[in-house]
Amino acid sequence: MTEQQILEVPLDNIRHLISERAIEGETVLLNMGPQHPSTHGVLRLLLELDGETVVNCIPDVGYLHTGIEKSVESKTFEKAEVMTDRIDYLNNTGNNLVYCMAIEKLVELDVPPRAQAIRVILAELERISSHLVWLGTHALDLAAMSVFLYCFREREIILDIKEMISGARLMTTYFRPGGLWRDVPVEFEAAVRDFLRVFPKRIDEYESLLTKNPLFLERTRKIGVLPADVAIQWGITGPMLRGSGVSYDIRKAEPYSGYEQYEFEVPTHPGGDTYARYLVRIEEMRQSVRIVQQALDKLPLGPVRSNNRKFVPPPRSELGTSMEAVIHHFKLWTEGFNAPQGAVYVAAESPRGELGVYLESDGGSKPYRCHFRTPSLTNLQALPLLAKGHFVADLVALIGTADIVLGDVDR
Amino acid sequence: MNDRHEEICQILKERFGVESSEFRGQVSLSVAPEHIVELCLTLRDEFGFERLASETAVDYWPQQEPRFHLVYQLHSFQYNDRVSIRVPVPGRSPSIPTIVPVYINANWYEREIWDMFGIRFEGHPDMRRILMPEDWDGHPLRKDYPLGYEEVEFTFNFEKINVRKPRPKE
Repeated sequence: MTEQQILEVPLDNIRHLISERAIEGETVLLNMGPQHPSTHGVLRLLLELDGETVVNCIPDVGYLHTGIEKSVESKTFEKAEVMTDRIDYLNNTGNNLVYCMAIEKLVELDVPPRAQAIRVILAELERISSHLVWLGTHALDLAAMSVFLYCFREREIILDIKEMISGARLMTTYFRPGGLWRDVPVEFEAAVRDFLRVFPKRIDEYESLLTKNPLFLERTRKIGVLPADVAIQWGITGPMLRGSGVSYDIRKAEPYSGYEQYEFEVPTHPGGDTYARYLVRIEEMRQSVRIVQQALDKLPLGPVRSNNRKFVPPPRSELGTSMEAVIHHFKLWTEGFNAPQGAVYVAAESPRGELGVYLESDGGSKPYRCHFRTPSLTNLQALPLLAKGHFVADLVALIGTADIVLGDVDR
Repeated sequence: MNDRHEEICQILKERFGVESSEFRGQVSLSVAPEHIVELCLTLRDEFGFERLASETAVDYWPQQEPRFHLVYQLHSFQYNDRVSIRVPVPGRSPSIPTIVPVYINANWYEREIWDMFGIRFEGHPDMRRILMPEDWDGHPLRKDYPLGYEEVEFTFNFEKINVRKPRPKE
């Protein structure tokens, strides 16, 4: 290939993102992904490289765009919930939770205390499970193979618990507007307690493999330093923000679903580098264990779904004896309920940061507009900032530390 | 609405003609498109809304004037407070000044709005599509854009469907 042909690659639409040196052929443009194991999905990066050093990094997203926001507009409020599982596929119950909270806020629906406590337990187990996937894959990217196997061993227990309560291991759709689909089975408590008994020791095991491992330290310390003011300016939330020393957690700042009843700390680290974010996420898993323990200890008895028949279908057992229940059942499963005209924005703390739902209703039975403010999109946006001046090999660590889920980025 | 909100609304009403409303305890400010950059700057620097949490649009087709509403969600760490801004945008060749100089992370949000709703942002540093392919026709989240679907294939209609299946452009 002659030099002339190399210059003919179409650069018109990205010319403003690359340096003059790339036009002159001094630096190399390299395509990374979308089929690349360390991009955690289908992320494509266009890299401008000076030798091994990243000069510019242009993320190209949209390979996993499924049009969920469009599809939601064609379904009733309750039926659209199934799609929220699929946005961030490592935080299924968390997505359900924030979508249900948005509906509950919009129609002013109450949630019984037992349902709220079970929601907290599952959301925290989900956070642990998501952080385990992050830890396993992040360590795998940095060439620590065995951590991956241990993490997925523990994640399996959580998936089994989810299967026990809902029948599905990933896409549970277990939370419903006004409460839960049904009560947890009797084995649930014992299964969660078994997990809580073994898990803190397992975290120590992961730490013994990584925290003081010289190779891991070498690959993570001083890599991708994100000062606190820059992180705020870029709208970054979640462990990435806390890894820069800002103590902000929506569970503490704007408690929802009864989080104010539980004692836990918001781990922060002033370092701002990849290692600091690693320490923050490890500590978050410990705090999640604490929350689940407390929620399980004082799990109240009672109904798990609201009795407001304008919005919540009656239980199956009532259909045989009550004509009114049949009418409600029929109406709610065909037409759905009408939400009052208005718009709400509800945010919750997902394992990656602020997961927000903007839900607007025109007074009908379908969402007029439903926008998901996903943490991965915002956190990924800062990747070029972090990557500049680092080696290509460190870029892999930076994608890992941002903990992006491409389903969450593209929706 | 607490005292702080009332004070903010009062000041902004005098300065930019902002109209405020409340729904389910959430404050929403409505402002004309030409004031949006100044309003964001004021909210950021004077009232401590340091972070843009979200930016999105809503389409009210077939209504044309204004056809779109842009919705901004701002958040303040120091006051632990949220506020939303609504900006009406007319339907014919919609465009609005960008707020990237105020909140850097609006960059991708505005690219997404351009991609999904076809609203132009004047002065945006990187106005390309973000989610859809670059050569895509139309803006999918507009209300007059039909919801597509994939036909279900069976052995008896496999070939028929295969002929009219949409394919990526060359």
